[in-house]
Amino acid sequence: MSAGGDKGVRDLLQRGRAFDFSGQQQAWLQFKESMRRDRTFDFMVNVKDLKLDVSHGPILYIEDLNVSFDGFKAINNLNFYVDAGELRCVIGANGAGKTTMMDIITGKTRPDSGSVFFGQQIDLLKLSEPEIAEIGIGRKFQKPTVFEHHSVFENLELAMAGDKRVFRTLFAKLNGPQRDRIDEVLGIIGLREHAHRDAGSLSHGQKQWLEIGMLLMQDPLLLLVDEPVAGMTHQEMDRTAELLLSLQGKHSVVVVEHDMDFVRSIANRVTVLHQGSVLAEGSMEQVQNDPRVVEVYLGE
Amino acid sequence: MGLLKPLRGDTGGQVMLGVLLLVAIVVPVLNLAVPDGNPLHVSTYTVTLLGKYLTYALLAVAVDLVWGYLGILSLGHGAFFALGGYAMGMYLMRQIGDRGVYGDPILPDFMVFLNWPELPWFWQGFDQFWYASLMVVLVPGVLAFVFGWLAFRSRVTGVYLSIITQALTYALMLAFFRNEMGFGGNNGLTDFKDILGFSLQSDATRIGLFLASALALALAYLACRWIVGSRLGRVAVAIRDAEARTRFIGYRVDRVKVAIWTFSAVLAGIAGALYVPQVGIINPGEFSPLNSIELVIWVAVGGRATLYGAVIGAIVVNYGKSYFSGAFPEAWLFALGGLFVFVTLFLPQGIAGLFRQLRRRRNGAAAAGVTA
Repeated sequence: MSAGGDKGVRDLLQRGRAFDFSGQQQAWLQFKESMRRDRTFDFMVNVKDLKLDVSHGPILYIEDLNVSFDGFKAINNLNFYVDAGELRCVIGANGAGKTTMMDIITGKTRPDSGSVFFGQQIDLLKLSEPEIAEIGIGRKFQKPTVFEHHSVFENLELAMAGDKRVFRTLFAKLNGPQRDRIDEVLGIIGLREHAHRDAGSLSHGQKQWLEIGMLLMQDPLLLLVDEPVAGMTHQEMDRTAELLLSLQGKHSVVVVEHDMDFVRSIANRVTVLHQGSVLAEGSMEQVQNDPRVVEVYLGE
Repeated sequence: MGLLKPLRGDTGGQVMLGVLLLVAIVVPVLNLAVPDGNPLHVSTYTVTLLGKYLTYALLAVAVDLVWGYLGILSLGHGAFFALGGYAMGMYLMRQIGDRGVYGDPILPDFMVFLNWPELPWFWQGFDQFWYASLMVVLVPGVLAFVFGWLAFRSRVTGVYLSIITQALTYALMLAFFRNEMGFGGNNGLTDFKDILGFSLQSDATRIGLFLASALALALAYLACRWIVGSRLGRVAVAIRDAEARTRFIGYRVDRVKVAIWTFSAVLAGIAGALYVPQVGIINPGEFSPLNSIELVIWVAVGGRATLYGAVIGAIVVNYGKSYFSGAFPEAWLFALGGLFVFVTLFLPQGIAGLFRQLRRRRNGAAAAGVTA
């Protein structure tokens, strides 16, 4: 009886001791952890030092992503991968979560849970919008947003890849190669004769092109292109398709588009989003023949 | 000539600086060389009045830099102006020495009156002109930096930002009204005697201050024009027009804003420092939110996002104010309100916009003449 009692007391004491010291122990462990020399800590990482690692194939990993707005699940357990150098089309009805997905990749919206990695090592959820732009993700918006009070040339100049810190920008001067690059892009987007016009006075299609040009100037590794051909004529659409196809290989491109003809003309692989998750993925024929896809999207 | 490079293509600025140069030469000559009775004589009162307008113009340029080019509608720039003014006022107070009413060699009169045994720590050093000058720049600059860093990092924009700038200047006004703050409370700082050993009552000092104001305005104008013409200036306009887009192409919007905002506050502080010795007093009324709103009106009247328009607006409105408050003291505020309504309705781009329109029409007529 008494032995059992002693044991009980000893147990209690030990437990008590363990409990007492657990806080300190934890602090000690944290301290030890922070002294490890083989680890780099997030707060010490300079964006410039981040290296893109695509050795396993994909350049973009989205896993178990969830986000809801006022109870509406805009993204629901989404898993989505894009290979390096791939041109991928994403289709889906309104509200399927396409734009929200882009918002999350570019840092505009923070998800409730899940992970988004650029290559294998760069956690995009820890970076701000300018940092994400700096490591090489460019975005074209659904509604073309160009700087209306700047000329076409200046729009491209501002978007140009380079040191974008305040004092560097204050003293920045265009050099020869940079001018050539701007001129080259002006040629690609067919706006050379409009170079010194205010961007605000361009037509809708021209603004779309200018925005694509700004993306090219940024020279990103991954381009997110939201509805590039909205408001374009068929000719313009063909040229856009040509341009996007020419980027393939050197850049990875994700195109969100409603226009099925356009998607058919460029896509190797298509991902269909529905209610915030992937409904089907594969070649255009596969996707088109998928009964679920036919039911929710193409069959309308 | 490198100094004038930013003026290339800025006709309005060239004309404005030309006029400023002319005034800076003619006014002192008419004051000093032309005898009193002559109708061409410019009285010292007028010189000081003009000098005051020039400091207002400098303040307006500072506001136009952040409002016109960066899209930040500051309703609290009067605070930076007043802080610069107080820093200068503290120097001028210390220069009084034992010539005050109570004759204390160190303590300003109001401290003797409040029975303060010694000079508070923040008054130390203000007997030195260089130290006061440093504070003129540093105090508004540091306040603007901290305020901007907090506000812009949290992405406070638009109307909300305007309201907190207004709150900032209001809070400072209430603080400076308190005697315990050590800045002369309600009465502020006044009864100044001399600056750098020159009597503030003498005509030559008045002209010196007038010229210093003209020079400060010209240099600040060139500096702002240079910033606006740089790539940073184009980034600023990009932020004004599409802030989110600017972020997505990789610019750290908050840092750009803090940098330009702080520079603007420093200019406002310098304007305040030049203002105080010319008007001879600084009191908490300068922090009044109404002042900051009025100066936004100067910029609107002159024409936003032109810089030279801000100069025109500041001078025109203040000349009108001097005239109206002399001729019809009760009507001044109605005139100001009416002016603002008139400008908003008929001159949305201000006086500068009117000039531009006239020039375009004339050029159009000339072109039509050529084809005919």
